[in-house]
Amino acid sequence: MNLQLLNLLDENARRSVSELAVMTGLSEDEVRTEIAEMEREGLIRGYKAVIDWERLDSAYVSALIELRVTPQPDLGFEQIAERVMQYSEVETVYLMSGGYDLCVIVKGRTFQEVAMFVAKELATMPSVISTATHFVLRRYKELDVELCGSHSDDRRKMSL
Amino acid sequence: MIDYNQVLNPDVVRIKPSGIRKFFDIAEQMEDVISLGVGEPDFPTPWHIRRAGIRSLEQSKTRYTSNWGLMQLRREINEFVGRKYGLSYDPETEIIVTVGGSEAIDGCIHAVVGPGDEVIIPQPSFVCYEPITTLVGGVPVIIETKAEDEFRLTPEQLRAAITPRTKALILPFPCNPTGAVMRREHLEAIAEVLKDTNIIVISDEIYAELTFGAVKHVSIAAIDGMRERTIVINGFSKTFSMTGWRLGYACGPAPIIQQMVKIHQYAIMCAPTLSQYAAVEALKNGDNDIADMLEKYDIRRRLIVNGFRRLGFACHEPQGAFYVFPSIQSTGLSSEEFCEQLLYSKRVALVPGTAFGQGGEGFIRASYCYSVDHLNTALARIEAFLDERKR
Repeated sequence: MNLQLLNLLDENARRSVSELAVMTGLSEDEVRTEIAEMEREGLIRGYKAVIDWERLDSAYVSALIELRVTPQPDLGFEQIAERVMQYSEVETVYLMSGGYDLCVIVKGRTFQEVAMFVAKELATMPSVISTATHFVLRRYKELDVELCGSHSDDRRKMSL
Repeated sequence: MIDYNQVLNPDVVRIKPSGIRKFFDIAEQMEDVISLGVGEPDFPTPWHIRRAGIRSLEQSKTRYTSNWGLMQLRREINEFVGRKYGLSYDPETEIIVTVGGSEAIDGCIHAVVGPGDEVIIPQPSFVCYEPITTLVGGVPVIIETKAEDEFRLTPEQLRAAITPRTKALILPFPCNPTGAVMRREHLEAIAEVLKDTNIIVISDEIYAELTFGAVKHVSIAAIDGMRERTIVINGFSKTFSMTGWRLGYACGPAPIIQQMVKIHQYAIMCAPTLSQYAAVEALKNGDNDIADMLEKYDIRRRLIVNGFRRLGFACHEPQGAFYVFPSIQSTGLSSEEFCEQLLYSKRVALVPGTAFGQGGEGFIRASYCYSVDHLNTALARIEAFLDERKR
C-alpha cells in the first residue's frame, strides 16, 4: 500500500505510470507493481470520469433517498443494503448514523422516473419503513472536482 | 516648472528598477500566457487562518498594536522558532513583527549598516539586499555562488570577501531563485569564519519551512556562538501562503531589535492588526497546513526537475523554496534572450537568472507554485520551443 500513490490517483486517475514515478520518486516498475497490488487487494475498486451531465440536453437527474428500515436479526442492515445495491438505477448506498438508516443515491432520466423507481421498488421492500426523496437541483462540486464557476489565478504573471 | 532632476534624491534615482519589469509588462499584455514566473504560493491561505482574521474584524480588533507587534503573537513566534529550529528569544525585547519579511530586511540593514560599511551579499539571490545597502550608503560586496557548489556560500568565498570594513553578511537560504540550502555542516563552516569578528549575519529564512527531504532547515542562529551576531528574518507569506497579508518578523539580540523598532515605529507604526491575529492562529494550528503544502510542492518539484532534465537542461536539484534554476547555456542564448524568445514564441513566462544578479547569467528561474497540469503544459511548450530551434 502506498498512500502517496493513492492520493495522486485520487486526484487524477489518468496520470501515466511515468508521471506517477517522477512524482513519487519510485521507479516505473515499482509504480506498476504497487497499483496492480492495490487493485488485486481491492483497495482500488475502479476508475471513473467526473462528468458534468448538466451540460447535456439528455441530462440525468439524481436524488438522495433516505431509507428507514427494520434491521434483520443477525444480518442487521447488510441484507437490505445488498438488495438495494443490485438496481442499476442505484449509484450509491451508505449506512448512516442519525435520523435514517440507508442513504441511497438514485439516478434516472427524469424526476418522474426516479420518483416511480422509489415508489415501486424501494418503498415496497418488506423491511423498508419509510422513504424520503430529495432531488439534486444543482451540483457544485463532486468528488473534489468543481463543476461550477472557475477560480482564476489572480496572482500577477511575474513577481520576484 | 519643477526640474525633477534637481528635486529627487540622486541615490534613489540611481537604483535600477527590477530586472523583470520588461518581461512583466509584455506578459501582462499577452493572452494565454502560461507563467512560471511568480514568487508566491498558489494555495489560498488556509481557511482557519482566514477565519481568525475575519473573527478579529468581527470583534473590532482594528486599532494599532504595540510597535513591536501583539505580545501574544511574539510569544507564539518564540514558541514556533523554538519548536522548529531550537531557537529562543525574549518576546519582550528580541522579537519584532514587521510588514512582511521585506520590512524586516530593510529595517535590519538600516539598523546595522552605515556609510562606507561593506555588506557581503551572495548572489543569485532575492533582489532587495543590494539596493537597500546602497540606499543607506553601504557598499555591496557580491559573492557569486556556483552551480558546482550547489549554489551554497562557501567558507573560502566568505573569507576572501571579508575586509576590515565588512559590517554584515546576508545569508539568503533556502535561496530564491536557486533553491539552495545550507545544511548544518555548511553553516558551521561559515560560523567558523565569522566567530572572531563583529560581522552581523542577516539570515533571511523566509523559505525555512519549505525544505525538502528528511533533514529540516537549520538556522545559523542555532550554531554555537552565532546567536549574538545573527538576526533571523522570517515571515508568513511563504510558510502559510499569506503573501497579501504582509506579515513577517525578525528575531535577534535586543540591542539590534531595539534600533529596528525605532525605525519601524516612525515609518510603519505597527504591522496590520488583522494580519497579526490571523498569524497567531497560523502559528498555533498551522503545522498540518505546512505539511500538506510541502508534500504538494515536493511532488511538483520532482516533476519539474525531471521535466527540465528530460529536455536536456542541466538542473541541480533544489532542496528548498519553490523554484528550479536550470542552466540554459546549452541553447547558446543568454538568459534574457531565452526568456524573451520563449515568451514571444510560446507564451511561457520565466524569469531570467540575471534578475537575481550577474551570477545568474546562463540560468532561468521557474517557479513551481502551480498545478501539475499547468507545469506540464508549460514544459510541453518549452519542448516545442526547443524543437523549433533545432530545425
